[in-house]
Amino acid sequence: MSTRSVIPFGPQHPVLPEPIHLDLVLEDEKVVQAIPSIGFIHRGLEKLVDKKDFHEMVYVAERICGICSLGHGLGYCDAVEHIMDLEVPDRAKFLRTMLSELSRMHSHMLWLGLLADAFGFESLYMECWRIREEILDMFEMATGGRVIFSIMKIGGLRRDIPDDMLKDFRQRLDSIEEGLKMVSKPFFDDVAVKNRLVGVGILTPEKADLLGTAGPFLRASGIARDIRSTGYCAYDKIEFEPIISTDCDSYARTEVRIKELYQSIDIMRQCIDKMPAGEVDLQVKPNQLPNGEYMARIEQPRGEALYYVKANGTKFIDRMRVRTPTFANIPALVDILAGCDFADVPILVLTIDPCISCTER
Amino acid sequence: MNTEFKIVKAEEVIDEAQKLKFDGYHLMQQCATKTAEGYELVYSFGKALEVLQVKIILENDQPINSISHVFPCAFLYENEMHDLFGIDIQMISLDYKGNFYRTAIETPFK
Repeated sequence: MSTRSVIPFGPQHPVLPEPIHLDLVLEDEKVVQAIPSIGFIHRGLEKLVDKKDFHEMVYVAERICGICSLGHGLGYCDAVEHIMDLEVPDRAKFLRTMLSELSRMHSHMLWLGLLADAFGFESLYMECWRIREEILDMFEMATGGRVIFSIMKIGGLRRDIPDDMLKDFRQRLDSIEEGLKMVSKPFFDDVAVKNRLVGVGILTPEKADLLGTAGPFLRASGIARDIRSTGYCAYDKIEFEPIISTDCDSYARTEVRIKELYQSIDIMRQCIDKMPAGEVDLQVKPNQLPNGEYMARIEQPRGEALYYVKANGTKFIDRMRVRTPTFANIPALVDILAGCDFADVPILVLTIDPCISCTER
Repeated sequence: MNTEFKIVKAEEVIDEAQKLKFDGYHLMQQCATKTAEGYELVYSFGKALEVLQVKIILENDQPINSISHVFPCAFLYENEMHDLFGIDIQMISLDYKGNFYRTAIETPFK
């Protein structure tokens, strides 16, 4: 007869420098149930609508997370711009699209490095993060920041990216693509990598949909739901197809993210080639105030993020609510943990690409 | 993506959730907003890229049933609404009883 025990996993553990706690119910070495606990570092950022006006809330939104800060600023601005019926200039839309893809590349490269580190492939981890440094250099050139960018504003962007810099970006993308080809090979071909990922943590399409899963985690279960297909920013003028895999396991999640890296490079190139001339900022007058409510959706690197804004015609809005992709992915994580080997728990937690900072907004 | 909200009474929320589930929708999010009279709850449901938003008006101290038995992922959103806004949500499938968030400032936030 098997022995049943409960192992507390976290909130501090080696796989992730962010606090998430799981009570793992084990029968011998098999996990039979996982009960999640979050809320160790809840910051109450949404509550700051009481103290910060709707322009200042862009900075608050950006500070939800250090990896997807650009997207959080964009999602919030998109919601407010819809409420105020503002038409952002075309160049700003293309630049927002390009920077969103740069953010996706930065996030996916970070995750690939962490995954390599989790299964003990140190040189691969370092190489992934070396490439990520090139991406951060591009962010620094474009925005002046490497973590918090402060380039988004309601009505457009705070600064333009000159055409000369865009040309330079195109060359840098070639170099990043070469590096990516080199690091993708072990992820796709290495036997040790496959042993840790293939067939581990199966999430069926039916479960993925029922549990409200988002992002590459969802698309690796064969569901082609990518919010970029709704055509926000300039995605309606870009040619791309959602990347999916039907294998539904941890390897499929890795495969989807690597292919999305190539896709992001392609989208960035399209943005640079199609970049319209003109202004990047629609000046919002001091007496223009939002009144109404809107739910914006964007595809963050980790999946669909929702930004609900309710405004009342004053400079202080009633509500900003951000539903981050990791929050949506926790129920599916709990589902894939049930039935796995205890030794696979760290890898499975990692394959959803969790961001507890986002979750604890 | 849209600004249209379907108003649903609190006592009809489970029926509405079941109907949407049978129509192929998944739960995207649930959230609460404090108003002068009570609370406004917004539940968002998605099907492919389509969104349907449901709004429920609650008076102060008015309870509402959980939809976590229809959409299992609802337990996270409902525990959050309970902890941060003090909404009385009954029959949550996994009820943290006010211990979902561990904040230095006492919740629900006023």
